[in-house]
Amino acid sequence: MGSSSSNMDHIPDAQHLMQETGFSAAHLVRLYERFDFLDKDDRGELRLDDFEAVSELAMNPIGDRIIRAFFSPGRETVDFPSFVRILAHFRPTDTNRTRNGRNGAQPEPANSRTNKLKFAFQLYDQDRDGKISREELLQVLRAMLEMQVTEEQLQSIAERAIQEADLDLDDTISFDEFKKSLEKVDIEHKMSIRFLE
Amino acid sequence: MAWFTFPADNLLCRCLGISITVWFTLLFVFIIMPAVLGVSFGIRSFYMRTLLKIFEWATLRMELGAKEKNQELYKPLRSEPEFEMADIFYFCRRGVESIVDDEVTKRFSAQELKSWNLLTRSNYNFRHISLRLTVLWGLGILIRYGVLLPLRVTLAVTGICLLLVLTTLVAFLPNAELRSYLSEKVHLMCYRICVRALTAIITYHNRYMIFSNGGICVANHTTPIDVIILANDGCYSLVGQVHGGLMGMVQRAMVKSSSHIWFERSEVKDRHLVAKRLGDHVADKTKQPILVFPEGTCINNTSVMMFKKGSFEIGCTVYPVAIKYDPRFGDAFWNSSKFGMVSYLLRMMSSWAIVCSVWYLPPMNREEGEDAVQFANRVKAAIAAQGGLVDLIWDGGLKRAKVKDVFKEEQQKLYSKVLVGRLSVH
Repeated sequence: MGSSSSNMDHIPDAQHLMQETGFSAAHLVRLYERFDFLDKDDRGELRLDDFEAVSELAMNPIGDRIIRAFFSPGRETVDFPSFVRILAHFRPTDTNRTRNGRNGAQPEPANSRTNKLKFAFQLYDQDRDGKISREELLQVLRAMLEMQVTEEQLQSIAERAIQEADLDLDDTISFDEFKKSLEKVDIEHKMSIRFLE
Repeated sequence: MAWFTFPADNLLCRCLGISITVWFTLLFVFIIMPAVLGVSFGIRSFYMRTLLKIFEWATLRMELGAKEKNQELYKPLRSEPEFEMADIFYFCRRGVESIVDDEVTKRFSAQELKSWNLLTRSNYNFRHISLRLTVLWGLGILIRYGVLLPLRVTLAVTGICLLLVLTTLVAFLPNAELRSYLSEKVHLMCYRICVRALTAIITYHNRYMIFSNGGICVANHTTPIDVIILANDGCYSLVGQVHGGLMGMVQRAMVKSSSHIWFERSEVKDRHLVAKRLGDHVADKTKQPILVFPEGTCINNTSVMMFKKGSFEIGCTVYPVAIKYDPRFGDAFWNSSKFGMVSYLLRMMSSWAIVCSVWYLPPMNREEGEDAVQFANRVKAAIAAQGGLVDLIWDGGLKRAKVKDVFKEEQQKLYSKVLVGRLSVH
């Protein structure tokens, strides 16, 4: 009776994770169940093919980029703490968090606006050099549109996007330029998902 | 009880004997006789109404005592006309949402219930809210496993034995007409007993849609007990694979008195053979309509997946039937990769009840210029519309296979339309 992993004992380092990511105990249990479900061979960690088995993700044009975001550079597996840390970026921003977190000891939470933007930036910047080049932008556009537009249309879309965002005219978009171009966008809303309890 | 020598034991056995007799008499009078005769005392509907009241009370208490509110999963909104840099967020969020809770996988895992129906296996977040609720839950366990389960197992065993015995007897009759008439009665009777064994409370809608022989009944498939639910109300010829063991015995017994189509495992792969046998059966007007579940795998009753086109190619009248289970009483869904058949049946028999509705829909025929797939989709849409089920374009085989690229293209098409809409504004 009851779900098998419905208590916190199975989760390694639960308290620490909760503090770090801001997830509640119930959320963490839910995510652990999901992690367990995705981990088909019960290895305790996820690999590429576990993610690829999520069919709706395979259907997503940038699915492979999102999957790669879970894997730290050089690693081929994702353990539960890493899984949760990435998902923490998508927690809705805490509206009641007071702004006196400038006492130095508090690092910025994973779901702050800046960190959400950083996550999105990395989806574009696959070689992690801190800039989105024209080629990287084109790759993303191609993934999202593929057969639906011609190559010229793709180029012109990319061109316009770079022109509008590139302020220091170095033909790439740095993180600050990226942030600036999305000033007016409601990131908190677009990059948050409600985690079901 | 001559073999007991102690007087105390004598008294004990006598009490036991009496209680067992009383038990069986009650069982016979209130459950088996009505099943045999086809009448109903209304006990089950009363039971259902009482249960519902208790559940509502329990839910209220839980909501009052709950510390945090239940949150809904966000459905992604269409992006408003903005710069393209932000568009990636839409796909990104969709992607992460599917990692956290895959829509298709959600269809396959049991529905989360808003209302807590005192079965911890449905609400995965059973928390110790109040003493009263815990006591109620404990009482529920006692009743379900101590009273209801043995009762139901007895009934199920009775039903199956009766089926085996009576069908064999009927098969000996020389007169074909009498034989088919009696076999109908026997089948119906045994299904009625089985239905009571599961405490299934079924509401049939549109029963005036009488289907004549020589057609195919098509229904959406949620659980293995769909067959019992439907066969309770009419006589069908079943189609399926030959099983071993008890199922095999039942199958062989059924074939003796009425015609069913059982395939060997090897024959199932041969689509032409399957189509031919189905076609022959349908062409014979004296035979009962065939019952087919085109989806081919158990879906969890919130959606109707892509129907396989085999049964629609035969070209006869199709009678759609929609089955919908009420999730408040117990989740009838069978995840075959997680639970075996026996453990599934045990779960079913220790639930409170299985409440479902069956709708009979008007017959449909394949129209001019429609191919089998389009016909199948039309039937599926009709069933989904009636049952309030979500019409998914996914193929039921997805549960264990990977998705096709065709769906990725759909996503890209939709996104490009958004862009084109913006470009024309500039």
